[in-house]
Amino acid sequence: MAIIPKWAFILVGIVLLVLAPIGQGNYVALILCSWLMYTIAAMGLNLTLGYAGQISLAQGSFMAIGAYITALLTLSGVHWLVAMPLAVLGCFIVGLLVGFPALRVKGHFLAFVTLAFNTLVVLVLRNEDWLTGGSYGKSNMPRPDFWLFNTGTKSTFLSIPLSSNQKMYYLCLAVFIVFALLMYGLIRSPWGRAFKGLRENPIRAESLGLDTRRLTLLAFAIGSAAGGLAGALVSPVVQYIEPNSFALQHSLRILLMVVVGGSGFFFGPMLGAAVVILLPEFLRFTEGYYLIIYSGLVIVLMVYSPSGLMGVGSRIVAAVRPKRVARTDMKEGAQL
Amino acid sequence: MAQFLQVLLSGLATGSIYALAAIGFTLLWQAAQTVNFAQGEFVMLPAFFVLIAMGLGLPLPVALLVALAVSVFVLGYLFKRLIVEPMKASKTGGGLPLVIATMSLAIFLKEGVKEFYGAEAQPYPELVSGGSWDVFGAIVSVTDIAHLAISLGVVVLLTLFLNRTRTGRAMQATAQNPDVAKILGVDTKRMVLYTFLINAALATLASFLITPFYLAKFSNGEYLGLIAFIAAIVGGFNQIRGALAGGLLIGVLDNMTATYVTAEYRAAVPLVLLIVIILWRPEGLLGTSEGRSV
Repeated sequence: MAIIPKWAFILVGIVLLVLAPIGQGNYVALILCSWLMYTIAAMGLNLTLGYAGQISLAQGSFMAIGAYITALLTLSGVHWLVAMPLAVLGCFIVGLLVGFPALRVKGHFLAFVTLAFNTLVVLVLRNEDWLTGGSYGKSNMPRPDFWLFNTGTKSTFLSIPLSSNQKMYYLCLAVFIVFALLMYGLIRSPWGRAFKGLRENPIRAESLGLDTRRLTLLAFAIGSAAGGLAGALVSPVVQYIEPNSFALQHSLRILLMVVVGGSGFFFGPMLGAAVVILLPEFLRFTEGYYLIIYSGLVIVLMVYSPSGLMGVGSRIVAAVRPKRVARTDMKEGAQL
Repeated sequence: MAQFLQVLLSGLATGSIYALAAIGFTLLWQAAQTVNFAQGEFVMLPAFFVLIAMGLGLPLPVALLVALAVSVFVLGYLFKRLIVEPMKASKTGGGLPLVIATMSLAIFLKEGVKEFYGAEAQPYPELVSGGSWDVFGAIVSVTDIAHLAISLGVVVLLTLFLNRTRTGRAMQATAQNPDVAKILGVDTKRMVLYTFLINAALATLASFLITPFYLAKFSNGEYLGLIAFIAAIVGGFNQIRGALAGGLLIGVLDNMTATYVTAEYRAAVPLVLLIVIILWRPEGLLGTSEGRSV
């Protein structure tokens, strides 16, 4: 890793991501879109879970709030560029409101409160027909038009034909890259370091003068806002949203992405989301047995490598390079 | 008044079944610090063991016993041996990864039943069927009373077992302080195993009692698991009587809301109750707060 600099890997990755949908059909473009959207949601949860150490089971409902705010605004004629920040802001505020009481108490309580919150959000979305369209949901949200780059229509760029779905993919990709950069900056900022300190040793962090409650709340609210951003993308990409697509099981899915990928690793959620979104495509031939195989694999992974796939990766790397021995007294810290 | 009594009693009857699952939940938490997200599926599965046994031609009582034995083995012994034990042994596996593993187990059991038994709701025999009594004008079904009596009877027996027998007290000691219990000669591993077996048995009993209402369906566990969870927290996560109170409270509130207030937001009642309790009394109605360990 020292021979080839890290940014070279990232650059190659971005080039591959840009080239990925060219020449592919709509289906591939949409799968890639959903991978990027879920990655954003999972990275938000990773901040809450992997860095600040709080379990949230409501990421799906924040996606729902983001998606519904965007859908309602864009359907009434507001441009997506205005609707998206409002959706993110809305989720940030709701995150603060939900997290504030839950974080008054310690332990697993945020998990319980968020679990209840997710179910409540789905109930409200289903029952308040006048606003949300009830169980029929909202459909035909317009895709944003960026003047030179109208994602709603077909066009050609440098004689490469681009369909509407492929353009949506590039929008997702652009949002994803900006978001990832912000996230990277956040994690390396004093706040990010404080989040890690919280997870490693909350009592020590407190004794060093960090306001743990405020920081945890902040991590949770930022994570929720990321869920809102993912939701703001769902709305124009899928163009159809209904309450059940944000039910508890989707929050669990996002949680799985984070943990399977490796929580607390920056690239963990990307890997995790890829596995959770793409594995069904590869296991398609198994038909109905897909979820059985998948959940079985997750159990085995958790039993043998609790730190997820990234953990497996670093174990292999460690086995190949026996000279570098991490200090055992700060294992968690050395991974980051 | 007659209607009120009716609603109250049927609420208590369902509530007592919720309480069985919730008690199993708290026992696992106390003895093994395991939050079992698959508890609902543990209640869903035994009903299918009964159906399979009956499909093989066994009469109902034998089928029930077979299902109980299989469930205790699979959901008690195998669950502990294959999933919880190896994860507890590793340094980082006890917390979040274990939660994820039990969530995956829930999906695994649910999808397994769906694929190998069927996605359709199956009719399921009632344990106690009978007419109804007329009490002060209220129509009280015998089934409800029997359910209430059976579950409360089991809870009383369990409490007596835990408080009055040597093994029960050793189990409590293990839950309170495993290290000291070990020093005093308690076989803590065996006690933890007993806890898992008891949890499986309680879930099985809850399954036998509640499945006739819902019919046997692979997705039954989703709602039941959530309710068991909420009942345990509302009552107090570290108390058996707390889980009992929580279960009964939720059963009654649920029925009352559906009858007198709103059927649409019926499912929201336990959730709102959960949030209120966490804000107002995080240790639960009957719970005692666990001190912060430094």
